[in-house]
Amino acid sequence: MIYREAGQFRTTYAADTRIFPIAQDRLGMALLLAAAFVAVPFLASEYALTALLIPMLVLALAALGLNILTGYAGQFSLGTAAFMSVGAFAAYNIQLRLPWMPLLVTFVLAGLISAGVGLVFGLPSLRIKGFYLAVATLAAQFFVDWLFTKVGWFSNYSSSGVITAQRMVIAGVPIETPERRYLLVLSIVSVLALIAKNLSRTRTGRSWMAVRDMDVAAEVIGIPILRTKLTAFGVSSFYCGVSGALWAFAYLGTVEPQAFDLQRSFQILFMVIIGGLGTVMGAFLGAAFIMLFPLFLNWLFHALVRGEVRPGLLSQLELVCFGALIIIFLIVEPLGFARLWQIAKEKLRLWPFPH
Amino acid sequence: MAFFVEVLVGGLLAGVMYSLVALGFVLIFKASGVFNFAQGAMVLAAAMTYAGLVDKGWSGWMAFLAALATMVLFALATERLVLRPLVNQPQISLFMATIGLTFVLEGVSQAVWGSVVRGLDLGIPDTPLEVKGVLISKFDLVASATAGTLVVLLALFFQKTRVGRALRAVADDHQAALSVGIPLERIWAVVWAAAGAVALVTGLLWGSRLGVQFALSQIALKALPVIILGGFTSIAGAIVGGLIVGASEKVAEVYLGPIIGGGIENWFPYVLALLFLLVRPDGLFGEKRIERV
Repeated sequence: MIYREAGQFRTTYAADTRIFPIAQDRLGMALLLAAAFVAVPFLASEYALTALLIPMLVLALAALGLNILTGYAGQFSLGTAAFMSVGAFAAYNIQLRLPWMPLLVTFVLAGLISAGVGLVFGLPSLRIKGFYLAVATLAAQFFVDWLFTKVGWFSNYSSSGVITAQRMVIAGVPIETPERRYLLVLSIVSVLALIAKNLSRTRTGRSWMAVRDMDVAAEVIGIPILRTKLTAFGVSSFYCGVSGALWAFAYLGTVEPQAFDLQRSFQILFMVIIGGLGTVMGAFLGAAFIMLFPLFLNWLFHALVRGEVRPGLLSQLELVCFGALIIIFLIVEPLGFARLWQIAKEKLRLWPFPH
Repeated sequence: MAFFVEVLVGGLLAGVMYSLVALGFVLIFKASGVFNFAQGAMVLAAAMTYAGLVDKGWSGWMAFLAALATMVLFALATERLVLRPLVNQPQISLFMATIGLTFVLEGVSQAVWGSVVRGLDLGIPDTPLEVKGVLISKFDLVASATAGTLVVLLALFFQKTRVGRALRAVADDHQAALSVGIPLERIWAVVWAAAGAVALVTGLLWGSRLGVQFALSQIALKALPVIILGGFTSIAGAIVGGLIVGASEKVAEVYLGPIIGGGIENWFPYVLALLFLLVRPDGLFGEKRIERV
């Protein structure tokens, strides 16, 4: 009834190629954005903003980056956290050494540096495929971790190991309250998500998908494999780098290699798989799920269990439930939340009529 | 020179320990094309079961058999509950499922046996043995002998037995194997059980080295460069890869480490494996992929 596209005619080419061709989708998206930008900062508590929404958005951005590489271009990577780490340290060092640099430019530069590192580690993808590549990207993970811990220059020879990120100021306005930090993260993530969505519909995005589906065939029809794979690595690492910089500056307030370990890479990979490979929306749904579910489990166990329990037992049981749920989810809906959303939309189109 | 030989031999023997972990990976990948990230957690679970039972006063052999039975049960459950519903899914989904399995195993084994570090004494003396001025750990020798025996047994199993041949057929082509009447499910259960047995042996050897603790599950990360170096599908590759990684890691740590600041053993094997892969993209002994449009 409400979700019906009958009567919406696309009379121009521009109307045919817009991102949301259905009016209800546009309205829904506008409402969602309005809620996120206007309502949430007023309504959400400080805890919800700083401990839930900001990390969720930042990780969604990283998941988007990985999704570009794995979901669109089909290159399997386990080094996502390493590129986040590069972004965080790059942003810190730019702010430290070039204090006049505007914050947003710093983030872009941090992303670009991360993209450069991504290109280097993406080079082997020309020879190596599948799981061999996945394991090879672990080289990036461990090497970057080691580099930032061992080489003092990157952390400005900090002896404590905890480096405080610089204060964030944009055009003279300090970004310190949770609301402002949230809005900053939300704006950056929205813009980058829009770019990613558009990118997937351009020539570049289409050649990524061709390479994903079968790279030999793509090469035969004239898609330059080298350039396609490397742009995927570059763009993906750019997103991860910006995400890492935001993680350090807007979420933690500190820059540390430990925040970007292998577990983080796996966490982001889970988001991408659970959310849905090769969809922009999946990155957000996956991030929300992976962030919220452990909290839900934690709450559930504390509500269920009364009295004394061996310390650590609860967290171990949570781990078991989380692992089991991942497996169940993969079995029930291997294409992720994005697919569920799609099915829901198809059903909604007919509702409430049977045909 | 004697020092170099000592470092080299120490590295080679440590490499054999890596090979043991890698063997479990290779077994499962060879037969089902699943990249089993849970191998490390299986090592942990097996070692914890053994150490926990011994702590309860069981004799070594009884505990060994009980741990083996646990691993077989785990294999059967995995095949039934995880693998069978995921037949024909993309490899990445199966890989993610094994990561989920890792969480389950780590959680369960810690919930059952607690997270205390348990010592494990197999009764093998860890005294150094002197051969022509080079010190070699007796424990390492026993470990390598065990690994060698396992490899020979597995190779015989794969080449000579009926199940082994069926295994290779399954690895080659699931559908073709099914159509000539090879029971896919049973084969998978056998392979996972075999990998569980390998995990138990690995867990005992590593556990008596490091103590039975959570860190055991991290040794999977040590085995990954070994298998990409040797090739995912080659048992011999796991051994040779382990030797190369073990030896070069030790030599690099001793000679290169002081120059660039130590602690390089985490990433050095990966970079080494990466360089090897650039020359041979399927590992040293992996099956060549032939791609057609």
